[in-house]
Amino acid sequence: MFYREAGDFKTTYADDSQTFPIKFDRYRYWAVLAFAFLVVPFIINDYWLNAVVLPFLIYSVAAIGLNILTGYCGQVSLGSGGFMAVGAYSCYKFMTSFPGMDIFSVILLSGFVTAAVGILFGLPSLRIKGFYLAVATLAAQFFLVWLFNKVPWFYNYSASGQINAPERTVFGYAVTGAETHAWAVYLVALVFVVVLAVVARNLTRGSLGRKWMAIRDMDIAAEIIGVNPMTAKLSAFAISSFYVGVSGAMFFVLYLGAVEVGEAFGIGKSFIILFMVIIGGLGSIFGSFAGAAFMVLMPVLLKNVMVGQLGWATDLAAHFEFVIVGGLIIVFLILEPHGLAQLWRLAKEKLRLWPFPH
Amino acid sequence: MKFTKLAAAAVAAVITAAPVMADLVVPSLSYRTGPYAAGGIPFADGYADYLTLINERDGGVGGEKIKITECETGYNTEKGVECYEATKGDGALVYEPLSTGITYQLIPKATADNIPVHTLGYGRTSAKNGDVFSHVFNYPANYWDGASGMVNYLLETNNNDISGKTIALVYHNSAFGKEPIRTLEELGKKHGFKLTLLPVDHPGQEQKSQWLQIRREKPDYVLMWGWGVMNQVAVQEAANVRFPMENFIGIWWSGADHDVLPAGAAADGYKAVTFHGVGSDFPVYDDIKKYVVDAGKAAGSGDTVGSVLYNRGLYAAMLAVEAIKDAQAATGKSDITAGELRDAMENLEITEARMESLGLGGFGPEFKVTCENHGGDGLVGVAQWDATAKTWSLISDFKPTDSEVIDALIKEDSEAYAKENNIESRCN
Repeated sequence: MFYREAGDFKTTYADDSQTFPIKFDRYRYWAVLAFAFLVVPFIINDYWLNAVVLPFLIYSVAAIGLNILTGYCGQVSLGSGGFMAVGAYSCYKFMTSFPGMDIFSVILLSGFVTAAVGILFGLPSLRIKGFYLAVATLAAQFFLVWLFNKVPWFYNYSASGQINAPERTVFGYAVTGAETHAWAVYLVALVFVVVLAVVARNLTRGSLGRKWMAIRDMDIAAEIIGVNPMTAKLSAFAISSFYVGVSGAMFFVLYLGAVEVGEAFGIGKSFIILFMVIIGGLGSIFGSFAGAAFMVLMPVLLKNVMVGQLGWATDLAAHFEFVIVGGLIIVFLILEPHGLAQLWRLAKEKLRLWPFPH
Repeated sequence: MKFTKLAAAAVAAVITAAPVMADLVVPSLSYRTGPYAAGGIPFADGYADYLTLINERDGGVGGEKIKITECETGYNTEKGVECYEATKGDGALVYEPLSTGITYQLIPKATADNIPVHTLGYGRTSAKNGDVFSHVFNYPANYWDGASGMVNYLLETNNNDISGKTIALVYHNSAFGKEPIRTLEELGKKHGFKLTLLPVDHPGQEQKSQWLQIRREKPDYVLMWGWGVMNQVAVQEAANVRFPMENFIGIWWSGADHDVLPAGAAADGYKAVTFHGVGSDFPVYDDIKKYVVDAGKAAGSGDTVGSVLYNRGLYAAMLAVEAIKDAQAATGKSDITAGELRDAMENLEITEARMESLGLGGFGPEFKVTCENHGGDGLVGVAQWDATAKTWSLISDFKPTDSEVIDALIKEDSEAYAKENNIESRCN
């Protein structure tokens, strides 16, 4: 009834190729943005920010990054944790070497550094693919973590090897360090997430995204129709690493504030981001958000229900959490192998017919 | 439909985690799961059992009951942050995170929220300088005291001459394990021993190459900064390469019963430094048995009573309770705030008489906290494992460490932190 193409006439090419062709979707999109920018900052507190919202936003960026590489370009990567570490450590080096730089340029520059590293580790993808590439990116993961542990220059020769984010302000409000306001940190993260998501969405709809998908679906066929596999694969690695690097930088400065590479950016992080992408849906920007929400919210929710509501012992709850989240992942993969994004697509198909399905 | 219900449940569950103001709230950021649970469980049990004892036997502190809110961190910093944010709203008085990584997260956060953090023998060593770290306390001893205590013990057993000896440090490759390196390097220069560094990556089950290197290079002594499953593996590997156990010394986090038991008789003679007493031969244990264990109120499964880390958890809880008592005496009210507790912790004095009155005579060293010194005097003893009797026993009394080397390093590190974060001097 409300959700339909009929009656929504497009008179220009720009209108015809817009992101949300259905009017209802457009309104919903603006409503979500308005809520996120105008309502949430007034109600958010430290708990919501640090336990739920901030990890969700940051993992969303990381998941979009990995989705570009794995979901759109078909190159499996297990190095996301390592690339996040590159983002975090370059962010730290920029912040301590150039104290005058503002936080936005620091985070973006960290993304560019990560993109360069990503291209370097993307080179093997020109010769190998599939499982073999996954192993090569796994090597990147272990090498990068080892590097940041081994070379003291990266952590400014501190005794413990930890890096700490110094305080930075935006318009006079602290967004990193100890004296932050929840809303300020939230808004900085939100600006990054919204801009990066819009850019990613449009990249994947444009010629670059089509080249990636051509490579993903069949690389030889893509080459025959004129897609250069080298530029397509390396651009996917570069842009994906840029996103992952930005998320690593945000993870360090906005979220944790103090980071130790082995613990924060270990192989576990790579797997979690890969799970987000698979559960959310390969090749979908919405899926990246859905997957991140699932992996971040589920444990917090389960913990609050089991410990907070039912009063179970904390260790019992923690073990059950593994069982339930693991079980849900398997159930999802069996019932809907295309992830949460596919559920959303089906819901939209049903909405088009609602309330007269026949 | 399923998803809207799920989302509604999510919102409901998170909202109901809202603050409840009641009693003296002492959060316990414990870890009873994961690769470090072997150490996390007895510590959390000891911490909880002592607070339960105070509630059951004395009716709380100054008439106020203590409420323990336990939160599982799994030794993971992200979960630690979530736990901190979830519990601080309840009016949390003091945090004892039992993780160096989480401590680093909490130092700026807790300082901004005016909540003290007590890191008993772990955390950031330079937090001893209270002038810079106003809300962090690491009494009665820290990692650098531990490192120096080990070297002092080696000096003692070698007629004060260890020049030319080689010492290998097997350490957990994290902020925790890296802490002693600089101190040992400085001490190496001072006493002329050669230090070899052998990092072991999280979680610590893979140590074959490190111990092969030890077998090849035959260092005179091996020191260890390990935690969790890493300790058991290291002791077993040391036995496998026939490294003499009496030349193998662990930090206090590598000196628990469960670390040496798996290696059986081969672990006999393994040593670990400690800053508190061992065993359950203290009067307070009679009360714990009577009021807590026999009453069925013991935390966890109740089988860790009297183990090394249980003792340490109990010690941490005892120090927290004593500081609460001081804060109540200083403010004249029973319902104190976290800020008042911080002030009391800064003036805490633990004497032998005081420990005696608590049924813990001789359990730990005497110390006095001041504004400049948040770390106590750093007295370190050495305990040795007897595999036949299955007990730890003190073989060296609590002795002072090399303050000349340590104080200079603490000054350097804390001043760097103060400069990075624009912290003004606040003492005197």
